[in-house]
Amino acid sequence: MSSTEHIVSHLHRDDIASRMGMWLFLFTELLLFGGMFILYSVYRYNNPDAFHLAAKELDTIIGTFNTAILLTSSLTMALSIAAIQRNNKSLSIFFQLMTVVLALGFMINKYFEWGVKFHYGIYPGSEKLLSKPTGEILFYGLYYVMTGLHGLHVLIGIGLILLMTYYTAKDIITYDNYMKLESAGLYWHLVDIIWIFLFPLFYLIT
Amino acid sequence: MMNENQHIEHKTHGYGIYVLVWIALMVLTGVTVAVAGINFGGITVATALLIASVKTYLVLTIFMHLRTETLVFKIFIGVALFFLIISFILLFTDYSFIVRN
Amino acid sequence: MNNNNTHISYLDYQGKHKGLLGWLTSTDHKRIGILYLISLTIFLIVGIIFGLLMRLELLTPGKTIMDAQTYNSIFTLHGVIMIFLFVVPGLPAVFGNFFLPILIGAKDVAFPKWNLTSWYLYVIGGLLAILAILLPGGPSDTGWTFYIPYSVRTTTNVMFALFAAFILGFSSILTGLNFVTTVHRMRAPGMTWFKMPLSVWSFYATAWMQVLATPIVGITLLLVAIERFFKVGLFDPALGGDPVLYQHLFWIYSHPAVYIMILPAMGVVSEIIPVFARRTIFGYNFIAMSSIAIAFFGSLVWAHHMFTAGMSDTSQFIFSLLTMIVAVPSAIKVFNWVATLYKGSIDLQVPLLYVLAFIFQFTIGGLTGVMQGVLSIDIHVHDTSFVVAHFHYVMFGGTGFGFFAALHYWFPKMFGRMYNIKLAMRTFWGIFIGFNILYFPMFIMGWLGMPRRYYDYLPEYQIYHVISTLGSWILVPSVFLMFGYLVYFALKGKKVTEKNYWGGETLEWQIETPPIHENFEEIPIIKEKPYEYKSNDLVTQFSEAK
Repeated sequence: MSSTEHIVSHLHRDDIASRMGMWLFLFTELLLFGGMFILYSVYRYNNPDAFHLAAKELDTIIGTFNTAILLTSSLTMALSIAAIQRNNKSLSIFFQLMTVVLALGFMINKYFEWGVKFHYGIYPGSEKLLSKPTGEILFYGLYYVMTGLHGLHVLIGIGLILLMTYYTAKDIITYDNYMKLESAGLYWHLVDIIWIFLFPLFYLIT
Repeated sequence: MMNENQHIEHKTHGYGIYVLVWIALMVLTGVTVAVAGINFGGITVATALLIASVKTYLVLTIFMHLRTETLVFKIFIGVALFFLIISFILLFTDYSFIVRN
Repeated sequence: MNNNNTHISYLDYQGKHKGLLGWLTSTDHKRIGILYLISLTIFLIVGIIFGLLMRLELLTPGKTIMDAQTYNSIFTLHGVIMIFLFVVPGLPAVFGNFFLPILIGAKDVAFPKWNLTSWYLYVIGGLLAILAILLPGGPSDTGWTFYIPYSVRTTTNVMFALFAAFILGFSSILTGLNFVTTVHRMRAPGMTWFKMPLSVWSFYATAWMQVLATPIVGITLLLVAIERFFKVGLFDPALGGDPVLYQHLFWIYSHPAVYIMILPAMGVVSEIIPVFARRTIFGYNFIAMSSIAIAFFGSLVWAHHMFTAGMSDTSQFIFSLLTMIVAVPSAIKVFNWVATLYKGSIDLQVPLLYVLAFIFQFTIGGLTGVMQGVLSIDIHVHDTSFVVAHFHYVMFGGTGFGFFAALHYWFPKMFGRMYNIKLAMRTFWGIFIGFNILYFPMFIMGWLGMPRRYYDYLPEYQIYHVISTLGSWILVPSVFLMFGYLVYFALKGKKVTEKNYWGGETLEWQIETPPIHENFEEIPIIKEKPYEYKSNDLVTQFSEAK
C-alpha cells in the first residue's frame, strides 16, 4: 500500500474516502444497467434480424443530437469543477447551470421521441406492438425500459446538480471543499457513459 | 493534525484538456454514425462497441479524473469491469452453445 | 486527541438527543450494530415461526393445518425473511458494524450517516415484506426465487416482496461500500493488510460482493415488477422472452449472496479458534487469501442452480468445473482451523462449542454442495429435499451457528455483562441436536425422491418428515431460550468490566468494556500481527502513541 493510502485517523474529512465511496456507488449503477445490457445482448443474439428491423423506426438524427448534447453536458460538468478549483465561483455556477440546461434539452428530445412512438401506437402492451414479431417486441421492451431508466437517472442528475449549484452559491462548496461537486460530476459522467453505449446499440444497428 | 494536502492536492486538469477530449468525443461519435451506415455485418457491432469503449476510456480518465487518482481506484474499476465482463462471457457459454431442435 | 469522559460507555453516552431518540438518530457504529441486532432478531423469530408452521404441515401427507396455497405463501415468506432479512445482512450488519472499526483501530466507519440510513432501509424493507401478509391477495407464493413466468402471472402481492427485496438490496449495498472504504482508508497506523484480523478480511471480501452483485438482482426484480405492471414482455415466453435468462440474472446475484452469507461467519470462526486454542492461527495468509478467492470464484458459479433448467451442455460442464474449484478455498479454511485446534490448549467455552458445530455442519453442507456440482447427481437431487438439507446445513448450520458463536463471544464486550455459561452450554446442545435431527433426514428423503416445496407427499416419506418435525420441536424452543437468556443477561447479567474477558489478542479486547463512544482514547499504533500467542502471555498491540 502506498503511503498516500495511510489515513490520519483524526481527520474529520477524508476526500479520498468520499471519492472512493462515490466510485463504489457508481459500480452499483454500472451493474444495474449492466444487467439490462446482458438482457439486450442475449435477445439481440437470438433475434438479429428483428432487432435490425425494429431499429429502423428510431430516429438516428435525434439520437445523434442527444448524444452530442450529453457529451457536451459532461464537458460543462468537468469545466465547472475546474472552475471551482481555481476559485472561480461564478464560472462554476455558470457551467453547472449549462449542464442542467443541456440535460433538460436531452429530456425534451426524449419526450418528443417517445411521444412520436406513442402516437404511432408503439409502446409496451399496445396492440400494434404485440402484433409484431416477438423479436421486435423485445427490442421495444428493452428500448423503453433502458432509455426510460436512463432518463430517470438524468432527471435525478438534474436535481443533484441544481442542489450543487445551490451549495456553490451558498459557499458550502468552495475552492478547497468541493467533494460534493466532484461526486455529482462522477455521477453525471456515468450517466453519460451509459448513453455512450445505449446510443449505438439502439440507434445504429440498421 | 489536519493534513492540508488532503484538501488541495487533487487539482486535476486545466480547462483546455477537457475541451480537447470533448472534441475527440464528438469526432468519435461522428465516426460511429458513419461506420454504422456501412454494413460490415458482425464487425459493425464490434466497431461500434470498440469506439464506445474508447469514448468511455476518455471520459473515465480525463473527465472523471481517474488519471490523477492512485492505483487503488484503477484496481477498483478493473474489479468491477471484470465482474461485468466475466458475467457476460459465462452467460454466453449457455446461449452460444445451445442446441435447439 | 484527548477524551475527558471517564469511561462513559457507548450505551450511556448522551449525544445531541437523549434516550430512545438518541439511539434512533445515532451514527455510532456500535449503536447501529445493536439496532440491527434487535430488528434482525425480531425478523428471525418471525421467519422461524413460519418454518415451524411448515414443519407442522409436513407432519402428515395432504392437508394438515393449511391448504396448498397458504403453504406456498408460507415457504415464500420463510425464504424471503430468512435470506433477505436475516442471513444476508446478518453478521456484517450486526458484528461488522459493531466491531470492524474497532478491529482496525478506527473510531467509526467511513460513512456513519449512510450507515444509519442502511438500517432505516432495512427496517422499511422488512416491514414491506411483512405487510403483504395483511393485504388482500395474500403474500407472494412464488418462492423467494420469483421465477418467471409464474411471478408475473400470480395474483398474490408479489410487488411488495419485490420492492422489499429491492430496498433491502440498497441497505446491503450501503453496508458494503461503507466497509470497503473503511478498510482501505481507516486502518490504524501500522496495520498493514496482512496484520488485519481475519474477520476483517472476511467482511472486506463480503463487502465487495455486496457492492457488485446486489445491483444485478436489483434490476432483475425491478424488471419483474415492470413486467407485472406494464406487460413489457422481457421475460414472457409468449412475447419472445426467455425464462432461463431470468434465472441467469437472478442467480448471478443469488449465488454470490450465499458467499455473502457464509464468509463473515467463517471470519468469526477464524477469530474464535485462536482464542480458545490459545494458539496462533495456522496459515493466516492462506485464510486471508481464501476469503478473496471465495469472493472471486463464488461470482463465477451461479448457473449450478440451473443445471436442469435447459442450458447448453457446454455451459453445464463449465459451471460444474467452476463449482469444484470454488470448494477449494473453503476447504483450505477448514483445514487451517482444524490444524490450529490440533495440539492447542483447548478451552471449551460456549463460543468454541458453536464453532465446532459450525465446522461439523459446514463440512456436511459444503460436501453435499460439491456433490450437487456433479451434473449426474444434480439431475437426480435437484428440487428435492436434498437441496433443502444442503442449504440449511450451510446457511443455518454454518452462518446461523456462526452468528450464535459471535453473540456468545462478543457478548461481554458489547453489553458489559455476562450470561450464565452452564445454561448457555445446555441450550447449545438442544440447538445442535435439534438442528441435526431436523435437517439430516431431509438428505435421505431427498435422495429417495421427496420433492421440495411440495406440501403433499407419498406415505413412504412420512417417517422422515415426522423425525424432521420432531427435530424442529427440539430446535426452536432451544433457539428461543437462547435469545431469551441473551436478552435477560444483556439487561440484568452480572457486570463485566475487564477489558479482556476471554484472553483475545485483537484490538477489541484492549479497550473498555463496554467500549466508550469513540472506541479508543488514543488511536493505537500497530506493531504485531494478530493472534500472536506466545507462551500464554498476551502480546499487547498497543504502543504509546506519540
